[in-house]
Amino acid sequence: MTAEIGHFALILALLIATMQATLPLIGAHKGYGSWMATARPAAVTQFGLVAISFGCLTQLYLTSDFSVLNVVQNSHTAKPLIYKIAGVWANHEGSLLLWVLILSLFGSAVAVFGSNLPPRLRARVLSVQAMIAVGFYLFMLLTSNPFERVFPAPINGQDLNPLLQDPGLAIHPPMLYLGYVGFSMAFSFAIAALIEGRVDAAWARWVRPWTLAAWCFLTGGITLGSWWAYYELGWGGWWFWDPVENASFMPWLAGTALLHSSTVVEKRDTLKGWTILLAIITFSLSLLGTFLVRSGVLTSVHAFATDPARGVFILAFLIIVIGGSLALFAWRAPQLVSTGVFQPISREGALLLNNLIMATAAAAVLLGTLYPLLLDAIGGGKISVGPPFFNAVFIPLMVPMIAAMAVGPMLSWKRADLKPALTRLWTAALAAGAIMLAAWALFADGPVMGVLGIGLAGWLFIGTLVELGGRLQLFKVPLSDSFSRLRRTPRAAWGMTLAHLGLAITIAGMVGAGAWRTESIQAMKPGDTVTVAGYEFTFDGAKDGKGPNYSITEGTFRVFKGGKAVVTLNPEKRIYMVSKRQTTEAAIHTTFLGDLYAVVGDQDPSGAYVTRLYFNPLVAWMWGGVVIMVCAGCLSLTDRRHRIGAPAKSRAQGPVTAQMAGA
Amino acid sequence: MKRKHKRLTFVAIALLLLGTATALVLAAFEDNIVFFYSPTDLAEKQVADGRRIRLGGLVEEGSVKISGGAITLFRVTDLKTTVAVSYKGLLPDLFREGQGVVAEGRLNAGVFTADQVLAKHDETYMPPEVAEALKKSGQWQGQDKK
Repeated sequence: MTAEIGHFALILALLIATMQATLPLIGAHKGYGSWMATARPAAVTQFGLVAISFGCLTQLYLTSDFSVLNVVQNSHTAKPLIYKIAGVWANHEGSLLLWVLILSLFGSAVAVFGSNLPPRLRARVLSVQAMIAVGFYLFMLLTSNPFERVFPAPINGQDLNPLLQDPGLAIHPPMLYLGYVGFSMAFSFAIAALIEGRVDAAWARWVRPWTLAAWCFLTGGITLGSWWAYYELGWGGWWFWDPVENASFMPWLAGTALLHSSTVVEKRDTLKGWTILLAIITFSLSLLGTFLVRSGVLTSVHAFATDPARGVFILAFLIIVIGGSLALFAWRAPQLVSTGVFQPISREGALLLNNLIMATAAAAVLLGTLYPLLLDAIGGGKISVGPPFFNAVFIPLMVPMIAAMAVGPMLSWKRADLKPALTRLWTAALAAGAIMLAAWALFADGPVMGVLGIGLAGWLFIGTLVELGGRLQLFKVPLSDSFSRLRRTPRAAWGMTLAHLGLAITIAGMVGAGAWRTESIQAMKPGDTVTVAGYEFTFDGAKDGKGPNYSITEGTFRVFKGGKAVVTLNPEKRIYMVSKRQTTEAAIHTTFLGDLYAVVGDQDPSGAYVTRLYFNPLVAWMWGGVVIMVCAGCLSLTDRRHRIGAPAKSRAQGPVTAQMAGA
Repeated sequence: MKRKHKRLTFVAIALLLLGTATALVLAAFEDNIVFFYSPTDLAEKQVADGRRIRLGGLVEEGSVKISGGAITLFRVTDLKTTVAVSYKGLLPDLFREGQGVVAEGRLNAGVFTADQVLAKHDETYMPPEVAEALKKSGQWQGQDKK
């Protein structure tokens, strides 16, 4: 019964969404108030129906109902409860259901909280949201029904891929999807604005928090995935430029650009066309990301489906959404009038430079990701484009951007002078130089790029602090004045400062882990000692044990430095009983300056175990920096103007201006 | 600066960026594209020693030998031709005899020295490159997926 209720709710949701996609749109065009008014209850009902459907699927997983194909393929009675729940979205069909659940949740949020939106805009936004939803409902009902029954029902399920049975990965897809789908709001608003032919500051104030929230989730989701790869795959790396990773990274790049350009629309009433285009691109990349990962074109742990019917549907859907919105853009964008003018050297100019670089980087990643697929499709042979390609293209593009990132926030809106900004940055330049010298002294045999990279991170970090100091007039006015300026700084400004500081820390971590990693692979017998980066790893042997639904081989390493015991590491090898699959659980000891990382492998005939030992410098900085960035985004979300809706300009700026006049 | 000039400045910057990116992409493509070969391809085409390639096929049953120094020796086959592979390091969790594998590395006097072994597919699923290599060698026994 439960499966049928879920299936039926999904069909009803499709019908409601079809209505929501058409009636309000026509109503907004013709000016029928009652037609427009259908959008709000429809959005809420749609969410209710999808929630029922999602609840049903969850219930099927919890009760291990093996008459449903999806449950058979991805669950097992012996699976721990949390992975029964996570199993709902750890597969193609269920993840799509999660996608539409989030989509309809966001749609109903606009319906419920959007009272201050102009009715026409609201009706159009909700209608565009429903159009996206219709595409997804059709896709699910026609090709990927999660409620498909199987007869006869097997006694037990095939279990979830053990690599996916991991707490980090249980919440990775929902986070990622909250990000992807969050960008659908920016997209819907962009399309609605194009239909309307009007973009103003109020529009940007609505789009910005959605974009910001989506960006926070996407940043968190990508990082969780990367963290999972780091500790679960046992290769000691955290980013492989795998197409699946790129699929989530491209919307991130475009979304970051969108985040910055929407500020310009809000504050300066310019760059409108570009911002709309970015919103379309960002969501298109999100869709592409969802489908690249789920359609089976990519060989990876994520590829679940290999059904050509799905591929054709996906291709058609992408062409309609991307092609349609770009055509609409080409037709309507010239009507968007920008009033703000600015010089190339100005805050707007700096933000536009950021946008151009981010967009170029996203395009380069897109090319590297899709080129092998295209070449294969036209029969040009099978190739793979690996990390060396992406590093060679991506890093040189990022260097000027990070260098400019320290300068940009110091420029004033509209028109600025580069010279005073650069003069103020001499401390940052000095600090970067000192850091580079120190890094060079420590890692003279390491790559030059590492020294440059860490210098760049230092430049950005100190430069951002200098900008903050300038804003607070630190050491120029009494400290108490600086403090009261500090308290009056809007949260959005704090968000910017913290996010840039976080990025600097993350870059330092990436450079450290990328450039100065020490790796040692060998066969070790109990009692053997290997030295990695000054740490002595003594292998004490391995023993067998048991977990809830797997058996383990657990190795023991005692780690010493200079004769003193540091830590005992216990890497595991797990064999899952149902699927007979193996997973590697690396043992990681995190310190401020780097991670000790140990993996134990198979035993060779002489009784020695293959082991992999790493010292990964500064990895904790990478995760820490991202946490700061996400917190900064959340802080910025709580900014006054997002809560009140109208900018409290006069109050926030009044006293400061008065003080400046007095000084 | 006039409005037109300002716009031109940004167009110039954008073009410069795109030009740089294109140059970077082309340079990187030249050095970093890795071609895929099946064991039969490898035997038929002359692949220079030292060129970085990917080799895909099935891990031949009974061919896996773990020798000293963390080196694993195995043979990759498309059931027509076989190539000996040597790999130093930990094998991926999904590596198994009789199953599909993709190894990346260089050919060295008839032995393929891999520095990366990928077995990222799940058990019921063959890497598409490998499936195609098997079809080409006429040894494909799995059923075609609809």
